[in-house]
Amino acid sequence: MKSLAELQALRDSMKGRIGVRDDAEGNIRVVVGMATCGIAAGARPVLGEFTKEVEKRNLSNVTVAQTGCIGICQYEPVVEVYAPGQEKVTYVKMTPEKVAKIVNEHLVNGKPVTEFTIGANTK
Amino acid sequence: MQELSLNVLDIAQNSVRAGARLIQISVEEDHPSDRMVIEIADDGCGMTEEQIAHVTDPFFTTRTTRKVGLGVPFFKMAAEMTGGSFSIRSRVGEGTVVRAVFGLSHIDRMPLGDMADTMCCLIGCNPDLDFVYRHRVDNESFEADSRQFREILEDVPLNTPQVIQFIREYIGERLENISGGKS
Repeated sequence: MKSLAELQALRDSMKGRIGVRDDAEGNIRVVVGMATCGIAAGARPVLGEFTKEVEKRNLSNVTVAQTGCIGICQYEPVVEVYAPGQEKVTYVKMTPEKVAKIVNEHLVNGKPVTEFTIGANTK
Repeated sequence: MQELSLNVLDIAQNSVRAGARLIQISVEEDHPSDRMVIEIADDGCGMTEEQIAHVTDPFFTTRTTRKVGLGVPFFKMAAEMTGGSFSIRSRVGEGTVVRAVFGLSHIDRMPLGDMADTMCCLIGCNPDLDFVYRHRVDNESFEADSRQFREILEDVPLNTPQVIQFIREYIGERLENISGGKS
C-alpha cells in the first residue's frame, strides 16, 4: 500500500522542478465545469483523464482547474482551455476518450481540436 | 447521478462555494444495522433558517446562471428511496453538515462508486482548502487528511499531477482493503 514515506520521496524528487506558478506567463489553464449539470453529465472522469495525461506527459505548464455552471448545461461536460496568446477554446460534450487528442494537439502543439469545440457542435 | 460519490462531489462543491477552509467527508457502512451514512461537513459561511428550509426545493438556488438547483434534492432523493433519511444542520458563520442515511442493502441504493476520484477532484481543484476523508466498514476504517499530505509536501503544491495520482492510489488501495472494493 502507498505510504506517507512514498509521498516524502515524491516530494524530494519534485523539489527544484517546481518553479511554475499557476499564473506564470506561458501557463495553460484547462477548466472543467463541475456544477451539478457537469458532474451528472460525466465531468469527473474527464477531469481525471486530463490530470492523468498531464502527469504522464509531465506538462509542467498546464494547470487543471474547475469552474461552476457557465449556463450551457445541455453541452456538458464542458471544458475551456485558456492558452496564452490564443482565444479561449470551449470544448463540449466531452468524454475521457477525447482528452488525449486535446492534450496532444492543443496543449502540446497549440492547435485546437476544432471538431470537439462548441462551434462545431451547435445546431 | 449514477453513483453516490458523484453526489458527494456535487454537495462538497457547495461547501467550496460557501468559503469553507476545511471540508470533512465521511462514509460509514454498517452491516449489522444495514445502514450507510454519508456526511459532508464544512466550516463555510452556513445558511440562514430560510435558506435551509428552501435548499431541498429544486427551484431554489443562489446561483444566477440558471433557475434550478438540483444537487441537494438529488442527494435527498437518493437517500429517501432506500428507506433512509436526509438532514442539514447549519448555522450562519459556523458551517454546514449534510447527512444522508441509506439502506445499505436496499435494491435502490446506488453504488458508492469511485470515492478516490471524487477526493482527487476536490483536492486537485481546490489546493488551498483542506479535506479529510474517513471511511468505515463495520470495524475497519481509515482516514486521508490533506493537512497531513501538505505538511509532508512542504512547498510542493497539493495539485501537482504526480501528487494527485499518489492520493488517488493512497485512498483507492485503502478503500479496497476495507471493503474488498465493492461498495
